[in-house]
Amino acid sequence: MIIAIASGKGGTGKTTIATALAQTLSEREENISFLDCDVEAPNAHIFLKPDFTEKKDVEMLIPEVDDDLCTGCGRCAEVCQFHAIVVLGGKTLVFPEMCHGCGSCTLVCPEDAITEVPQVLGALKGGLTPEGINFAHGLLNVGEPMAVPVITKLKNWDERISAEVVIVDSPPGASCPVVESLRGSDFIILVTEPTPFGLHDLGQAYQLTKEINVPAGVIINRDGVGDKKVGAYCEENDIPVLMRIPLEREIGEAIAQGKSLLEVRPKYKKEFLNLYTEIQELAGEAR
Amino acid sequence: MKIAISSHDGKKDTEFSTRFGRCDFFVFVDSETGVWETKPNPAKSASGGAGPQAVQFLAENGVEATITGRYGPNAYTTLEAAGIRAFAAKEGTPEVLLEKFLAEELEEVDSATGKEMHH
Repeated sequence: MIIAIASGKGGTGKTTIATALAQTLSEREENISFLDCDVEAPNAHIFLKPDFTEKKDVEMLIPEVDDDLCTGCGRCAEVCQFHAIVVLGGKTLVFPEMCHGCGSCTLVCPEDAITEVPQVLGALKGGLTPEGINFAHGLLNVGEPMAVPVITKLKNWDERISAEVVIVDSPPGASCPVVESLRGSDFIILVTEPTPFGLHDLGQAYQLTKEINVPAGVIINRDGVGDKKVGAYCEENDIPVLMRIPLEREIGEAIAQGKSLLEVRPKYKKEFLNLYTEIQELAGEAR
Repeated sequence: MKIAISSHDGKKDTEFSTRFGRCDFFVFVDSETGVWETKPNPAKSASGGAGPQAVQFLAENGVEATITGRYGPNAYTTLEAAGIRAFAAKEGTPEVLLEKFLAEELEEVDSATGKEMHH
């Protein structure tokens, strides 16, 4: 069972929910893993405190053009969907930061003038948490614009993805890195706050879950602030509201100190157990 | 010499655009004949790499010099490869900029003047 936690808007409490759910389930499930796919700013390790014992670089293959062999025919630039290659005056220019590493340029080059050289984009780190959760996260190097290859490698690293329960902490937004993180999940928890910004971005994230055809439910965090439009939106669209966590200053303070939700409010453990049962039912119905 | 000036609306008598890769139009002028021409910038809405694509468009149109506000590193690298001279200006209409260009009053840039821009 792969449960992904996404949000649309950033800072709504994805990691708070994801880590609390993982900690709750670690008490009853032997085999649980946690993948922090927010590779631009991973922070779940702050709360779950894994002992990192494994590290692996993530590389992408970038074209390198041999100017002696290149005739400047421009086939590579034509085939590149991401405009990472420009041919001008018989000279072929490569812009590595735009390359998606698909290899099409190498395939179409009639002169075999292109070789693919690995470029390190970031790294994966993994280890066990004190509760025995098999934790891993990806870390995109500063200045690298391409998060997706790091997420893909993270999701396919070792056997973590085939654990009994896999918790995927997604990046915010509704763009490619989010799609890559959510792909293949059995259920998606959308964490939102009841504000106009929260609602707007929830709408985008919900559309995405429909597009990739994965059942979803909503957790309203910081309930009590803003307005009632998120609740109304969920009702209109028949989206189950799985949990409401009221705004409490103490929770905010604890999280700012690196304490998990369960450390400051152990009473939520029961709610997260119920949440898991409900998710199993909802994911089962969808199947 | 054919010169390309970045523009908001493609007109020669309104304020030019200081954006290069994602400007709306390029105004072309032949400095010998004084003939003006306007074309929309096909790279305007590129998901990435607007700078190099705009340069490619200018090269295809036989442009030898360009005037804009600032150039990102990718745009500048591509201009260099295309052999297009790059000039920078802060303000002015294309007509005024042409005069300044002919009077050799415009600054010719020899490196990128803007920071890298991502979508």
